[in-house]
Amino acid sequence: MLTAKLRKRITRVFLNLLTAVLALGWATIIIWGVVVSFRPENEPLGRGDVWFGHHLTVANYLKAWSLAPFGIYYRNTLLIVGMILIAQVITVVLAGFAFAHYRFRGQKWLFFFILLQLMIPAAALLVPNFSTIRKLGLFDTTLAVALPYFGSAFGTFLMRQAFLEVPRDLVDAGILDGCSWWQLLWRIYLPPSLPTLVAFALSSISWHWNEFLWPLVVTLSERSRPLTIGLVRFTQLGEIGARWPLLAAATITVIAPLFLLFLVFQKQFVRSFLHSGLK
Amino acid sequence: MSATTRGFTRRQGPPWLPYLLTLPTALVVLVFTAWPTVQALYMSFFRQYLNIAKFRTPTFIGLKNYQTLATSPDFHQVLRNTAIYVLGTVPMSVVLAFLFALLVNRAVKGIGLARLGFFYPTILPMVSAATIWLFFFTPDYGLFNTALQAIGYHGPQNWLSNPHLALLAVMIVAVWKNAGYLMIFYLAGLQNLPTDVFEAADIDGASAWTKLWKITFPLLRRTTLFVSTIAIIDAFQVVDHIFVLTQGGPSGASNVFLYYLWQVRFEEQNVGLASALTVVLILIMLAITVTNFVYSEREGA
Repeated sequence: MLTAKLRKRITRVFLNLLTAVLALGWATIIIWGVVVSFRPENEPLGRGDVWFGHHLTVANYLKAWSLAPFGIYYRNTLLIVGMILIAQVITVVLAGFAFAHYRFRGQKWLFFFILLQLMIPAAALLVPNFSTIRKLGLFDTTLAVALPYFGSAFGTFLMRQAFLEVPRDLVDAGILDGCSWWQLLWRIYLPPSLPTLVAFALSSISWHWNEFLWPLVVTLSERSRPLTIGLVRFTQLGEIGARWPLLAAATITVIAPLFLLFLVFQKQFVRSFLHSGLK
Repeated sequence: MSATTRGFTRRQGPPWLPYLLTLPTALVVLVFTAWPTVQALYMSFFRQYLNIAKFRTPTFIGLKNYQTLATSPDFHQVLRNTAIYVLGTVPMSVVLAFLFALLVNRAVKGIGLARLGFFYPTILPMVSAATIWLFFFTPDYGLFNTALQAIGYHGPQNWLSNPHLALLAVMIVAVWKNAGYLMIFYLAGLQNLPTDVFEAADIDGASAWTKLWKITFPLLRRTTLFVSTIAIIDAFQVVDHIFVLTQGGPSGASNVFLYYLWQVRFEEQNVGLASALTVVLILIMLAITVTNFVYSEREGA
């Protein structure tokens, strides 16, 4: 007969073990990717010999960067993510403010119309949006990748919710002080809503940093290709074949900045993803 | 007080100001959501191949594209694969997410690290993750096969080019990527559970197992509904890993809806058929969001 105390202890050890095994299994992908990216290329991987080589080397990174213009891919990704971020912050704050602060004719319909974007995800509209981009003469530009995201129904919805939580007394006081609409927005609505805006911004950054299908379709040359497209093209280069250390280095190159940002701001990221459930 | 202030509360700026403020967002939705939906519907009634000279200009053919889809063996295979993909990855991700949340919601040293281990795939680009999985799946020395052999597996090794295993392989990657993301919603749900119910159950001498299934799980029903909806929508709109791992192959064995849509439009250059596929996909997405809405309204009531 086991005592209750002992049984509890065994359960706890079992659960800890289970957690460790699962988490390690999940993490193997990134750990392996990082380890292999530093493995000398002249030591081929083989059965039972898939981790470290005899020494660590950054040669794979240098080689990968010489085979494909990762610098340009970085610039393009930063441009795309930056454009979207700036545009979204502006449009989302303004629209959220309009819906939270004002009562105007057709407000409900307009709000519902904007929420359409949540019901029909952009991925489904790849084909017609591609022809729109062609007609606008934007094909193969970073702007083409960014433009469809300049407004965000989800962000508008989030900011409206945040603004609605600002106490009415504060707003009324601002009005009595003679604030104009943008002073109200800037001084009274925005400060307490900043955490929501930051959460939205973080999820926007990681979403668009990682995006693949849309940029694949609207970009054609190095001048507009972001990192994700560059990586896939890299894996298909003739001279790459199954040179895993090289591939790993290219992959880590694409992952690294966002991943480091995430490690530093883990809590904020998780919070932002919780917020962005509806995307 | 509030009655006197209400009168001038919403009068800052000219009457057209709220329209101006919402204009940029409404314009984006108009140009990139509403208009393309109409355009896809319209183009789905036409025949247009961009790679065949005499079919370059659109010709009206009525419902022909939809008929083609209804009788196309390729499309039927895609539908079957998509059903397997969604019905396989969604419950699996949700169950794992729940398990992970339960495991990391304990006050144990180093639990933050485990949480990180489960969550980090969320912030990796799917194509980068898939690239590492590509060599994870390598026959012979790939860690996937090494691990399988260690537990006594002697089946085929090259999953990605095996017609029976390729779809399963891309599903595994999707579950690995998504479970940690869904976990955080359960984690938030667990941390908001009322403690008094559990205290009462303790007094009644309920076992941990009973508490889990009779209290925790039912209380998290709304989270489960929410998480399942995100998972379903994600399953339809994320095919990035298929580009890296299998390109839908071998012979269509791992082809799913959105990947097929991309192929029809950008490889076969068949605009009409791709538009019909777009319409079908929009209808599926609308059905999912509406169902979710109806359910959550009912739950909320």
